[in-house]
Amino acid sequence: MALLLLAAQPDAMAHTVSAPAPGCTAEHAAMGHCTMPKAEPPPPPPSPPCSPEHAAMGHCAMPAPPPSPGCPPEHAAMGHCTPGEPTTAPPPSPPVGNAPPPPAPRVDAADAIFGADAMAPVRARLYAEHGGGSISRIMLDQAEVRVGSGETTYSWDGEARFGGDIDKLVIKSEGEGAFGGAFDRGEGQLLWSRAIGPYFDLQTGLRQDVGPGPSPTYAVVGVEGLAPYWFDVEAALFLSDKGDVTARIEGSYDQRITQRLILQPAAELNFALQDVREQGIGAGLSSAELGLRLRYEIAREFAPYLGYVWEGKIGRSAQLARAVDDDPSRSSFVAGVRFWF
Amino acid sequence: MSGAIGRRSLLAAGGAAALVPWLPAWAQPIASGLPTVGGADIRLSIAHRMLSVDGRTSHAIGINGTIPGPLVRLKEGTTARLHVTNVLPDEDSSIHWHGLILPFHMDGVPGISFPGIAPGATFTYEFPVRQSGTYWYHSHSGLQEQMGHYGPIVIDPADPDPVAYDREHVIVLSDHSALHPHGIFKKLKQMGGYFNHNKQTLAGLIAGRDQPLNDRVAWGAMRMDPTDISDVTAAAYTYLVNGHGPADNWTGLFAAGERVRLRVINASAMTTFNIRVPELAMTVVQADGLNVRPVKVGEFQIGVAETYDVIVEPEDRAYSIIAENSDRSGMARATLAPRPGMTAPVPPLRARPLATMRDMGMGDMSMDHGAMGHGMTAPGEPMRHGMRDMKGAPSVKDTPAVQSISPMPVDRTGEPGQGLEDVADALTYRDLVALDRNPDTRVPSREMQIHLTGNMERYMWAFDGVKMNEVTAPIPFTLGERVRVTLVNDTMMTHPIHLHGHFFELVTGKGDHAPRKHTVNVQPGGKVTFDLTADAPGDWAFHCHLLYHMHAGMMQVVTVRAAEDAA
Ligand SMILES: [Cu+2]
Repeated sequence: MALLLLAAQPDAMAHTVSAPAPGCTAEHAAMGHCTMPKAEPPPPPPSPPCSPEHAAMGHCAMPAPPPSPGCPPEHAAMGHCTPGEPTTAPPPSPPVGNAPPPPAPRVDAADAIFGADAMAPVRARLYAEHGGGSISRIMLDQAEVRVGSGETTYSWDGEARFGGDIDKLVIKSEGEGAFGGAFDRGEGQLLWSRAIGPYFDLQTGLRQDVGPGPSPTYAVVGVEGLAPYWFDVEAALFLSDKGDVTARIEGSYDQRITQRLILQPAAELNFALQDVREQGIGAGLSSAELGLRLRYEIAREFAPYLGYVWEGKIGRSAQLARAVDDDPSRSSFVAGVRFWF
Repeated sequence: MSGAIGRRSLLAAGGAAALVPWLPAWAQPIASGLPTVGGADIRLSIAHRMLSVDGRTSHAIGINGTIPGPLVRLKEGTTARLHVTNVLPDEDSSIHWHGLILPFHMDGVPGISFPGIAPGATFTYEFPVRQSGTYWYHSHSGLQEQMGHYGPIVIDPADPDPVAYDREHVIVLSDHSALHPHGIFKKLKQMGGYFNHNKQTLAGLIAGRDQPLNDRVAWGAMRMDPTDISDVTAAAYTYLVNGHGPADNWTGLFAAGERVRLRVINASAMTTFNIRVPELAMTVVQADGLNVRPVKVGEFQIGVAETYDVIVEPEDRAYSIIAENSDRSGMARATLAPRPGMTAPVPPLRARPLATMRDMGMGDMSMDHGAMGHGMTAPGEPMRHGMRDMKGAPSVKDTPAVQSISPMPVDRTGEPGQGLEDVADALTYRDLVALDRNPDTRVPSREMQIHLTGNMERYMWAFDGVKMNEVTAPIPFTLGERVRVTLVNDTMMTHPIHLHGHFFELVTGKGDHAPRKHTVNVQPGGKVTFDLTADAPGDWAFHCHLLYHMHAGMMQVVTVRAAEDAA
């Protein structure tokens, strides 16, 4: 529009608002469909519409004020800056008042126009949709083969989350077994997970062990989250249906070597308040697993890895193992894949 | 100046002008097929379509068959009547007219302004056009905006335009992904840093890049990632100009000697752009649709939903328009050329910026170190224990949505934005001075603070720690009152905060010529103060214009009621 005005009016920079002949719009004139009245010389502008700023832009007339230091020559040359621009800060204004805010009304202005019945469900959806969504993440952090002294084994460790920002259902599972041999040990946890701070969730629920040996059920209370220095940590206390109390602390750290190559040291420590003889657990620090895995993220969601894992019984548990001629510790090379979706 | 007049030429618009006779030349460039709609009754139709970007085709939502949607050209002083039909088979839709001053029930936010537009239904928006300038429109339903549901608005002034120019091009910037927006949001929820492939690494440390070890340790202690500039990056996005990818190279034509007006609109879902035309100075003449005193810059940052109009005076050669994502992971690129087929060199992406102590709200505590571009060099206790001191922000609710509280937020309107610290001629908000005197220059009768809070690990975003789904009351204003509002950014990200239905005056020391905006970028760890005259009765959306921040909860309703109605 402005372009056409400018094109149609040789003296367009004066921006005279000259009424076109009826039926002959600027658009049509520009197309050559009709003839616009020739622009008149600018009439003396009414004073209020011709502010200094507008005058400076060249589209209304004012007595030319001297250029000020605030208007550098290159701008002035373009006719595009404001002579007389204040060069000093405006005078300090009176302090802002401290009136109280009004009471909060309901959000319902649109009800008067479209009806409460039409608005209510849409409004409810609007609020729910902005922040109230649910998300799932199913991650198998470790799915690996362990090759070391003794037989070749497999193991897994994973977690699935379903829910919103504050409350979630969490399912955890880990376990191991020997290829061609016995399934050794597995456990599943079903937890209600609640955010208790920006980084940590409180998790409570049940754990069920499965396997050839004793398979107790436990009550679980624990925390999971991100500790300072970017450590992923989990700690849980287990109370078995036999009354035994055990605990577990896990931590890991992702050291990015490149954007895709990540070295992950990880540690798991298990404790027991008392001996649990049928499971070979002695009171105190009972077992540990230390791992170092180097993964390559082909995609964020899919990363094969190689690593080294030491696992062993410690203290009274180690004594119990030796008593039945078991090797209390084992180290293995591992190969596996981490994936999630 | 009058010398330029003789060179004005409509002829340059060529035959294409005949197709849309009442149009200026913006839509004619060779690569653009964007149509324009105007007149007394405007019809817009929202439907699925395929979009081809740089040779790859993906699913999108278009308006009248194009992405962006057609340029809606209005005239100040007329009545706009827009008939919007939702052709989507199974979801509601809407159009919000971003930056337009109109009755609240024409604002187009389902659940606040109106019930939305059901599949197959048509809604007629009708409102007086009371302003002029560059604006845009987009869906306010779900995540449709990410799929292409946006388009430009230009309102021609009733009075002669104080900005002199020979030709204009509308530059609609956007971020397009082949991923479905719900998929993008899910990834962010599952892993906040999912799209960041420019994190710090051990290899970088050994090579001497990025933060030195002690800074890394200190930032690690705070669980803060200095490379977290954009949530969604070029890993997911192709950056578009008028719907064209960098290889498509949208080209805007001009004739040498012309003053070319670029109407730049950031219609992205998530991308803060830094814009420059190498070897060509830009004179900013308008911000958010309202004229400002001309200010010459080499580069400017444009937050999501902001608009800037700039004048360039190119010589008889080609120029590249470069819009880098502020995280420097990718860019949109277009060409300005006197003849079709010409191109100019495309500079490589610059080194990605790192967040500093200032971005964590350490304010002046970090002046010494922050000025050098790398955070702290002394990982001291004073910084660490201040990271989440709720006493520093009593109005913020202590929820998991609050990862940090800026211990010493400073006014950063004098800074050009992340990544531009070293660009000497970059625009800052303090460079903006309104061309016209502000309509309301009263001293505010009260003031209030709103904190922008977030948690990158859980991907939660909120005002004052409360996500919209947990909000119990709107933010109330009395009709006609003038309030000073300070936005405090307690996060390490830049948030473009948008209030519907109003302009507000940034408090940057410009007196009665304060720049007036509808959207303001609040820099990380910083604060912005504006004065608001609550002159538009009704309910209005107020939100972060980063689409996934809004979707995660960074949204509220502002109510404006006459004093006797409030209760
Ligand atoms: Cu945001």
